[in-house]
Amino acid sequence: MAVDIESRTPVEDAEGRTVEELVVNIGPSHPSTHGVCRIIAHIDGEIVTRAEPVIGYLHRGIEKMCENRTYLQIVPLTDRLDYVGSMYANWAYCRAVERLASIRVPERAEYIRVITCELQRIASHMMAIGSSGADTGAFTMFVWAFDVRERVVELFEELCGARLTYSYVRPGGVARDLPDGWTDACRAVVDRLPAKIEEMDRLFFGNTIARGRLKGVGVLSADDAVAWGASGPTARGSGVDWDLRRDDPYSVYPRFDFDIPLGDAGDAYDRGRCRLWEAVESCRIITQALDQIEPGPVHAEGFPRLLAPRQGDAYDRIESARGTLGVFVASDGSTRPYRVKFRSPAFCNLALIGRLAPGHTISDLVVILGSLDPVFGEVDR
Amino acid sequence: MSGAAGLAWGVAGGLGAGSAIALAALFGVWWERKVSARIQMRFGPQQAGPFGLLQTLADTVKLVLKEDILPSRADPGPFLRAPLVVFVPIAVSLLAVPLSAGWAPLDTSVGALFFLAVPSVSVLGVLVGGWASGNTYATIGGLRGAAQMVSYEVPRTLSVLSMVVLAGSMRPVGMMAAWRWWWLPLTAVAFVVYIVSSIAEMNRGPFDIPEAESELVAGYFADYSGIRWAIFMMSEYGAILAASLFGAAVFLGGSHGVPGVAGFAILLTEAIAIVTLVMWVKWTFPRFRSDQLMALAWKVLTPMALVQLAVVGLVAAWL
Repeated sequence: MAVDIESRTPVEDAEGRTVEELVVNIGPSHPSTHGVCRIIAHIDGEIVTRAEPVIGYLHRGIEKMCENRTYLQIVPLTDRLDYVGSMYANWAYCRAVERLASIRVPERAEYIRVITCELQRIASHMMAIGSSGADTGAFTMFVWAFDVRERVVELFEELCGARLTYSYVRPGGVARDLPDGWTDACRAVVDRLPAKIEEMDRLFFGNTIARGRLKGVGVLSADDAVAWGASGPTARGSGVDWDLRRDDPYSVYPRFDFDIPLGDAGDAYDRGRCRLWEAVESCRIITQALDQIEPGPVHAEGFPRLLAPRQGDAYDRIESARGTLGVFVASDGSTRPYRVKFRSPAFCNLALIGRLAPGHTISDLVVILGSLDPVFGEVDR
Repeated sequence: MSGAAGLAWGVAGGLGAGSAIALAALFGVWWERKVSARIQMRFGPQQAGPFGLLQTLADTVKLVLKEDILPSRADPGPFLRAPLVVFVPIAVSLLAVPLSAGWAPLDTSVGALFFLAVPSVSVLGVLVGGWASGNTYATIGGLRGAAQMVSYEVPRTLSVLSMVVLAGSMRPVGMMAAWRWWWLPLTAVAFVVYIVSSIAEMNRGPFDIPEAESELVAGYFADYSGIRWAIFMMSEYGAILAASLFGAAVFLGGSHGVPGVAGFAILLTEAIAIVTLVMWVKWTFPRFRSDQLMALAWKVLTPMALVQLAVVGLVAAWL
């Protein structure tokens, strides 16, 4: 899509004079676009009058590539969707395939999936909160959040050797059982987290300047959140009480006791704070899961070397760190899927930028973008 | 002094101030990296020299050797000169700062006014540099910078005025000599206003709105590279040095009557304490938004400084 950034439309200002608005091109290479987002911002003074996201800079054709690979070979591709939360895409895809091929997953594998994905939620939210800090100039918040994230990523490294693209959740279960001593290491990390998160809450969300920067910025009403298909913390920050882990329970989630943090104002502050408290709730879930998990197989028995599900299609969705992540898989009975389609929460949430930004300043535009927490691997696919 | 001697003194002063700023930048960048590392659970520079002290020297060599890029859209005349317009006034203002009891390089009866007024010229450099870059980010940064620096001059001047009233002199050397310990609680508000508005004046976090790296990439010096970029950075550290030395001398009593090198050491220690405070603030707080920044200047700091001035005026009249 060609975008003309030179055109400066004459507009009428408050006093009736005809002035030219300034067009600022933000991105695709810019410190605060969280990847390769490009935003064409029309500004009047410092006030954004129109913000247009231009996406596709990270399009790799993953959905099409899926059609040329066997069901197992697709797992590494799903890693590269939401590269801040690879476990989610792994899991969502595997659930769709398991539904399609009617595979029963052992209980231990389900527990491991819950534990790793809740750890992933912490890591992903830390990235979001940390970059919200960096967007507002609180670079220390960024480093502190990455310290927490690092602990989680180290656990993943021990688990599967990778720090970012895990391919750990496989159709039928998980790649391998937990290494020796891993549960203790995990417990140690999770026990220390809530205190750290509260410290971060005081450092950033308790700060007067941060409150001034985040409160009342990018207010999303609950109705709009639903109408625009927003999900995850982006919608819950507006008070939309919707979390698939509780409202459309999957895996072993009904066995855990956890709360779903909600915001009420729907501004960047509430969205950020929802993420923070969700990380604390994730700690609760992980602790319970570590208590309940029992020895057993971690992969379905009798799983074929080359999976060829019957003809048909299946859809499954999970609550990722960004919201409702859905995967649709259609099979023509061969060893490769006929079509794979991802319902990306980051894509739906990003669409809100054009609605939330007008009326705010350029500085707020960056904050709003950060509060939607887009990951462009998943937006562009 | 007149004629040749005056000229020689002027040249020596200019060179001295320039090298002082260069030294301050070398130390300041290293110190900032160490302070921020401490706050952020990092180590900071370690490899070059003891405690990584030579790191900034290596950075300087790199900056000097870098290509000096002139963007095709830039207006070469103002673009190439703007860094000096920012740097020179700050270097000149440094001359009015007393360095030890009874001695300042430029000891004049209007030293305080000189110190506050001369750096204002660097606003022009920020504005022109941003505008001449021919880049929307730089233009916005330049405009923001100009608005901010002009606004914060008001509370800053008012806060220093409190000290002028108390000391009964505008001569920084005289102000330092007249200082009494009980002024410290009396002028605490003025000191806070001075520090906050000085941070804003030198475009540092949490007031680094003109260069806001997460919005404007680098603001008014986004298009500068190599040595010209280094001059902008040096001006920032020069401004920190000048503001801290002057603040230490006027608000904290400077060298407390100790002359010579020992007095300078006392003054420098106080100044480094202020510098550390400024860095601590920068690495703890998020950045203001430009309208919030203006509100802070006009609705909070200026009234605070005015009330302080009234209180100090009453005390001075009663004395």
